[in-house]
Amino acid sequence: MRSRFAIPIAAAAVTLAGLAASGCIGLASASPSGMGSHIGAQDQALIARGRYLATVGDCQACHTDNASHGAPYAGGKPVETPFGVVLGANITPDRETGIGAWSDDEFDAALRKGIMPDGGHLYPAMPYPFYAKMTRDDTRALRAYLNTIAPQKRFVDSNRLPFPFNIRALMAAWNFLYFSPGVYAPDKTKPVEWNRGAFLVEGPGHCGACHTPKTWLGGDETSRALRGGVIQGWFASDITGNPDLGTGRWSIEDIVKYLKTGHNRFSAATGSMAETVEDSTSNMSLEDLHAIAVYLKTVPYEQENHRTIAADDTGMKAGKAIYVDSCSACHAMNGEGSANLFPSLAQSPNVRSRDATSLIRITLQGARSVATAGEPTAPGMPTYAWLLNDQQIADVLTYIRNSWGAAEPAVTADQVRDERAALAEKGD
Amino acid sequence: MARKLPHRDAVIIGLGWTGSIIAHELTEAGLDVIAIERGPWRDAPTSYPPTYAQDELRYRIRHELFLDPAQTTFTFRNKMDQEALPIRTWGAFMPPNGVGGGGVHWNAETWRFLPSDFVLKTHLTERYGAKFLPADMTIQDWGLTYDELEPFYDQFEYLCGTSGQAGNLNGKIIEGGNPFEGARSRPYPNPPQKQPFSHTLFAKAARQLGYKPFPQPSGNMSQAYVNPLGVRQGPCTYCGYCEWFGCGNYSKASPQTTILPVLVRKANFRARTNCEVTKINTDATGKRATGVTFVDTSGEEWEQPADLVVLAAYTIFNVQLLFLSKIGKPYDPVSNSGVIGRNFTHQTISDVKGFFDNKKYIFNPFIASGAIGMCIDEFNGDNFDHGPVGFVGGGYMGQVQTNGRPIEATPVPPGTPGWGAEWKKAVRDNYLSSVVPGTGVHGSMYSYRDVYCDLDPTYRDRLGRPLVRITMDFHDNEIKQNKFLTDKFAEIITAMGAREVQKEYRKAPYDITKYQTTHLCGGAVMGADPRTSAINRYLQSWDVPNLFVMGASAYPQNAGYNPTGTLCALAYWSAKAIREQYLKNPGPLVHA
Amino acid sequence: MATARRGNRAFAAAFAQYLARVDPMPRLHRRELLGTAACFVVTQSAAGAVISNMLPWQPNEAKPPTPAKAGNWQFFTHDEGKAAEAIADRIIPPDAQFAGGKDAGCAVFVDNQLAGPYGRREGWYNRPPFKKGLPSQGEQGDKGPAQVWRNGLRALDSLAQGKYAKPFAQLADRDKDQLLHGLEDGTVSLPGADGKEFFQQALKDIQTGFFADPIYGGNKDMVSWRMIGFPGTRYDYRDWVDRHNQRYPLAPVSLQGRADWTEHGS
Repeated sequence: MRSRFAIPIAAAAVTLAGLAASGCIGLASASPSGMGSHIGAQDQALIARGRYLATVGDCQACHTDNASHGAPYAGGKPVETPFGVVLGANITPDRETGIGAWSDDEFDAALRKGIMPDGGHLYPAMPYPFYAKMTRDDTRALRAYLNTIAPQKRFVDSNRLPFPFNIRALMAAWNFLYFSPGVYAPDKTKPVEWNRGAFLVEGPGHCGACHTPKTWLGGDETSRALRGGVIQGWFASDITGNPDLGTGRWSIEDIVKYLKTGHNRFSAATGSMAETVEDSTSNMSLEDLHAIAVYLKTVPYEQENHRTIAADDTGMKAGKAIYVDSCSACHAMNGEGSANLFPSLAQSPNVRSRDATSLIRITLQGARSVATAGEPTAPGMPTYAWLLNDQQIADVLTYIRNSWGAAEPAVTADQVRDERAALAEKGD
Repeated sequence: MARKLPHRDAVIIGLGWTGSIIAHELTEAGLDVIAIERGPWRDAPTSYPPTYAQDELRYRIRHELFLDPAQTTFTFRNKMDQEALPIRTWGAFMPPNGVGGGGVHWNAETWRFLPSDFVLKTHLTERYGAKFLPADMTIQDWGLTYDELEPFYDQFEYLCGTSGQAGNLNGKIIEGGNPFEGARSRPYPNPPQKQPFSHTLFAKAARQLGYKPFPQPSGNMSQAYVNPLGVRQGPCTYCGYCEWFGCGNYSKASPQTTILPVLVRKANFRARTNCEVTKINTDATGKRATGVTFVDTSGEEWEQPADLVVLAAYTIFNVQLLFLSKIGKPYDPVSNSGVIGRNFTHQTISDVKGFFDNKKYIFNPFIASGAIGMCIDEFNGDNFDHGPVGFVGGGYMGQVQTNGRPIEATPVPPGTPGWGAEWKKAVRDNYLSSVVPGTGVHGSMYSYRDVYCDLDPTYRDRLGRPLVRITMDFHDNEIKQNKFLTDKFAEIITAMGAREVQKEYRKAPYDITKYQTTHLCGGAVMGADPRTSAINRYLQSWDVPNLFVMGASAYPQNAGYNPTGTLCALAYWSAKAIREQYLKNPGPLVHA
Repeated sequence: MATARRGNRAFAAAFAQYLARVDPMPRLHRRELLGTAACFVVTQSAAGAVISNMLPWQPNEAKPPTPAKAGNWQFFTHDEGKAAEAIADRIIPPDAQFAGGKDAGCAVFVDNQLAGPYGRREGWYNRPPFKKGLPSQGEQGDKGPAQVWRNGLRALDSLAQGKYAKPFAQLADRDKDQLLHGLEDGTVSLPGADGKEFFQQALKDIQTGFFADPIYGGNKDMVSWRMIGFPGTRYDYRDWVDRHNQRYPLAPVSLQGRADWTEHGS
């Protein structure tokens, strides 16, 4: 049976060395003019490294408009921010509409300082505060890779934010509050692997862009890093070592499997995380995923102390009736689901989350979990929007949040009503 | 004028079980494959979720998942001297439609045929003499043996996660399994399903009568399972909404739960849905298929060119397309010549209901799956001496009750009025304490000269094409077989402790209104002789070597088992021949 | 030298394969942002979906059943409704414990069904020529259930008026039963309608309505399911398969749930 995992980088490096030695060019067609450098043997390794960093950084998530069958990295993809929409830029090497005319230093400044060649500020929807942790060599590699992408003539007017957010100059103030440039500085008291994981998470992986709660100005609440945040209509769960809310009960293998395949014995990736798994983490090396797992389990968390809502509470009783009748066929009477197929509600950080946005959304809309080579089944959950009213959804979600050892705040009918309205507005 | 689409290596007509199997095999071999499916896409979370799949009226009574006769149907008559009239609404069988085909709403009863079934003509002639067989019985050998097919039965069972108990493991008879089955090379991938009360009671009674009962091989998962392709299923929850219905929780083997998630991801595969193939196109010689013509939802005609055509549209639609594409000589029963439409068969089904004391027995019939059941095989195939009984063939029998759905299953003892206060009381008194196996006796139907398909002279479908005409009636052999088996079955039901037993023999004439499984077989049969078969042992058309025809249309006669296991094994067997022989050297694989 | 070139090609091929495996070709994605939706690729050519690359899915995709409308008849006239209710109450008479066909809503069920595709025989092969066939050839007439009911009810009332000077609904129960038995066994003919055919149609539809999910208008409050002990739409019996000969204790659930789903059980 074929291995379902991508070839690790090591094997590719051997292949590349061979290619380099033979002088055989396999991939890039025309070298971009005006670059001042030619593609030589050493650049093959650089390009491969840049490509891998682009995978870790998931550049495609914002710079390729898949929904409209856009060409790779040609931009135009709408990116939802708390303040409105920006469009991902065209970062193909086209000289007029892409970044082909930028120098390497200008490219680096954009990625690691958030400054464009004309001196204007990027919005942190482009996660430069995270990418700042990369080195100059990293951005050189990324540039080398992006230079191999087919140039696309596509003008993208990125700034679609409403006034006053469309004033880029305001970002100077934002940067003052929230941006500290500087490459990742290893913690010498920690092992190499831990540092690698920290670099990946805090740097190109930019996990905190979704998973760290934000201030009212959209900056990271760094003191509560990775404890979960609402973004693009989902609650990106707590991924600290918190045993109730985060990945504390997951083994290293559980985390690696989740990132590699989108599924593990407790949980399944859906929504925005499904895309992240599909485009980014499933294509990363097992060693890197292992390092990320090692790091995440050490991320500090705050213990919360809620009391379990009593089983004879009227909402709990109604919720239990709904659960037994409507949910148990997949998620089982004991909430354990079926490993790698139906998420375990009893063990899921998503269920015990501080914010119930994702829970409510999945219950209303249904969900399709991600398909990867490692886990192709991609089971789907049906929509309950037509079957259950707001109070019933609130009750059943409260029930699962207070069963099997969990103790979380109730979900209210108002929250469900608001989420229904928000989703309707989005056109979903 | 049909517009031409870009060429593909292979086009597959129909994306049901065999279409999905072949598509996966061919894409694995590197071919660029397109499947064209007449019906819609189907999938659990959006087509039959457990929020509304449990709707007996919608899915069992109004049969929403099935083909509408308005889209296409057949005409029917019992005898050649009668006028065939349209089947205006389904009764005796119910053809599938949509991605997954019958695999979406089947029971998932997953049987193998007996070794003797594949060499039936030779076997019965040797044992009983040619004169023992009715003169107009046209049974044939298949052209391949059980032993050749065994690895592919295994492959399908492991694809599905079939839950069962092996009875013959490489020649060793195992207690608790079917002692009559052909030898299998390894155990089932999953243990048998749990059996509800009445099913275990049947087994107990059968054992007391000296039989060897065993659990029916089930494509409903007895536990969570991941198949060799990496696709997962969950555990069956015995919901009682199995056959006729889609499975809402990924626990019934279907193309959707075993193959399609992997297939759809392949860059060299795509499928068109809601597009109906109307013709297999051939070149001027008529000996080479050039692709297919299909009609889309706007009624526009398109041509899909391909080097290889696989017909996987379900038995009778295969036969229809061969007729309409003028591939193969149509069968003429008068001259007994031709191959397309000959040896057409169904199944010989009967039931015995049992009524028990409701103070002593609570059966909870609603706790069941589609392939639950305890069965005996003593009276199948040639497992017993037919000399004294004067017929050939047989079937398995068992308490295979799949549900307690009340529109269908509120039995009342014989003699009870059909309505009124007495009826209401009897319904109430008997619901939990009656046994209604359903297809309790699942008998073979052998082939006959005057049971066949051709094209109807009068009636047409919505596209103006002639409907297929079915000429079918029971012959004495099957009626005798059924009486014998039904009486045996009734003995066991009585031995269970029933206070009253109601036998429902299958009687002639064959009645198009009474459901008798959708196990239509034959019409494009496989064999060693192109004079009496449409396809060779690799399912390759004798007439058009780049056309392969999947499905139970290949069966020269039907055995006493559900056909799906065998037709999927044949699909794998054929796929192997295509990959290892045909693609390397396109042309006839067998020279007759 | 030739060996080196072959080696070069092999490396190039392997590298291209590596790229192919990790290269994210533009894939079809479901992006839940701002309502962008493009899971199906409807090709520029044939109409009808093309499935490629991923399993189709859209949020909120479902085809739940349409609840029956009660209150005003959708199909029946006032008089027809009365007659239908009366027939239903004889097919399934009320008793002390469980409602009869009328209170169970069987006539509402039939009314909704006849007003919809079932009544019109949608999906049937309805092409001519219509010829009388053998019983084994099944239904060959051109009338659908709606017509059979309409003709039958009219004829039944006509018959009742002729014999008792009252419409069917106002007859004494035993007289109703007598007429119905007569239709069933053919000893009573309906003027201008096929009595046997009408009776069989009515019997089938009323009993179907009694046992079908309450969402369709009959089986009100799941009366028939409570009567027989059928748990309805429940879907998980894993804890009960092995509990042989034990009464299943949980109340039935329908496609619309049950009372306990709502707080305070009201």
